[in-house]
Amino acid sequence: MEVYKLRTPLSREDVEKLRVGDIVYISGTLYTARDQAHKRIVQYLREGKPLPFNPRDSAIYHCGPVVIKKGSEWNVISAGPTTSTRMEVYEYEVIEKLGVRMVIGKGGMGPRTAEACRKFGAVYVTFTGGVGVLAAQTIKRVVDAHWLDLGIPEAIWILEVENFGPLIVAIDTTGRNLHEEIMMRARLRKETALHNQEYRTNL
Amino acid sequence: MKDVIVGAVVEAVKKAVIYLPPDVKEALKKVYGEEDNPIAKVHLDAILKNIELAEKLGVPVCQDTGLLIFYVKLGARFPWIDLVEGLLVEATKIATKVIPLRPNTVNPFTGFNPGDNTGRYIPVIAWDSVDPSSDVLEVTVVPKGGGSEYVSTLRMVSPGEGFEKIKEVVLDAVIDAGAKPCPPVIIGVGIAGLADQAMYLAKKAATIRRIGSRHPEPMVADLEVELLRTINSLGIGVMGMGGKIYALDVHIEYAYRHPATYAIAIAFQCWAARRAKAIVKPNGSYIVEQ
Repeated sequence: MEVYKLRTPLSREDVEKLRVGDIVYISGTLYTARDQAHKRIVQYLREGKPLPFNPRDSAIYHCGPVVIKKGSEWNVISAGPTTSTRMEVYEYEVIEKLGVRMVIGKGGMGPRTAEACRKFGAVYVTFTGGVGVLAAQTIKRVVDAHWLDLGIPEAIWILEVENFGPLIVAIDTTGRNLHEEIMMRARLRKETALHNQEYRTNL
Repeated sequence: MKDVIVGAVVEAVKKAVIYLPPDVKEALKKVYGEEDNPIAKVHLDAILKNIELAEKLGVPVCQDTGLLIFYVKLGARFPWIDLVEGLLVEATKIATKVIPLRPNTVNPFTGFNPGDNTGRYIPVIAWDSVDPSSDVLEVTVVPKGGGSEYVSTLRMVSPGEGFEKIKEVVLDAVIDAGAKPCPPVIIGVGIAGLADQAMYLAKKAATIRRIGSRHPEPMVADLEVELLRTINSLGIGVMGMGGKIYALDVHIEYAYRHPATYAIAIAFQCWAARRAKAIVKPNGSYIVEQ
């Protein structure tokens, strides 16, 4: 369990040294994107339309923040991670086509994302669910916002962050997937627990 | 008086989204002390720091301030019963602006978000009970986050095997939920003959009951303890990344069923188990408690 401090732009080498269970603090630029933003990114990619932002060698953050406008400045009040599983259907394409090196979220992602991480050199890291205030502390400013027509939580927020974390590596470039491993073990333990119950009832 | 009711409810919403109730904070600290999985420790440390920061800065503990549920206990002699429903909607709009809350209400057909956390049937106003002798209005606010709602489960099982099935159905729901509902969670199990009633009871058991409280009937209480032990033995842990504790507690509530039906509902509440109660008296005084 190593601790790394990384800064965007991230190189392939930066993320290749990370292993499941390592802790990462990231500085630089993050792009928030949740359900609707992912849907639109993939739609644009398929239609060959240019995106108004470029997250290459940077990080996508599964997050729907609370943001308010003070004068002409956007202010992030709270910005914890949202459940990543819903983005599983889009993430392979996002990692492949946009060259994203890091996906930040919570709750784990599936085999397609793990495959993309292995193939294209990216990692999936998790931030603790619900820690919106802690997250907002490390957001220095809002650099830009796109697709505000999707609503504040669903828009793309380009954030400048300093020591954003602790993030825990859940999928590394070898394709290991911590959440999947934990759940696999849990399924086996469940079978044992139910079997033992049945055994006791039948005695 | 309108201003008093709205003011009390806005204050309760504010208290709920910023400060976690004492039993929840205690339970999380206890888990931090007991857990020895290093990844779980990192998450718990972030959670406890986040709770402190939210209180210090006076901002919502989690950015998902949820859909608002109001459980209303109505004193039949409260003089402004006719105003309550409209004022709860108004309080929601004001709370969204002043706290602020994240605008979360979306039309499921058009995607339209009015931006004020209201909409058709939202906020949820649950008329919980009417006390014929009381002149007090009691509103319990539960801001229910989407992550833990997403994994709610309802199963209608064969009545013949109903009781034996409870454990299996609950464990299946936990496995399906995994890391998604932001564990450590509180799990509510509702058992009834009617599907909606089972879920209503499960939701209340997960959100309103205090951590550590046991059902008054020993048979149900024993099952709560047994389920809690088994769920935690699966090793899913905080944020689904391994460890001793997945659930802070399991609460079961039940209603009598129909001979032909056995509904088992499972509701999950994330660690940010937010709730607060506004108690409004007819003289215009009120208190907000957790």
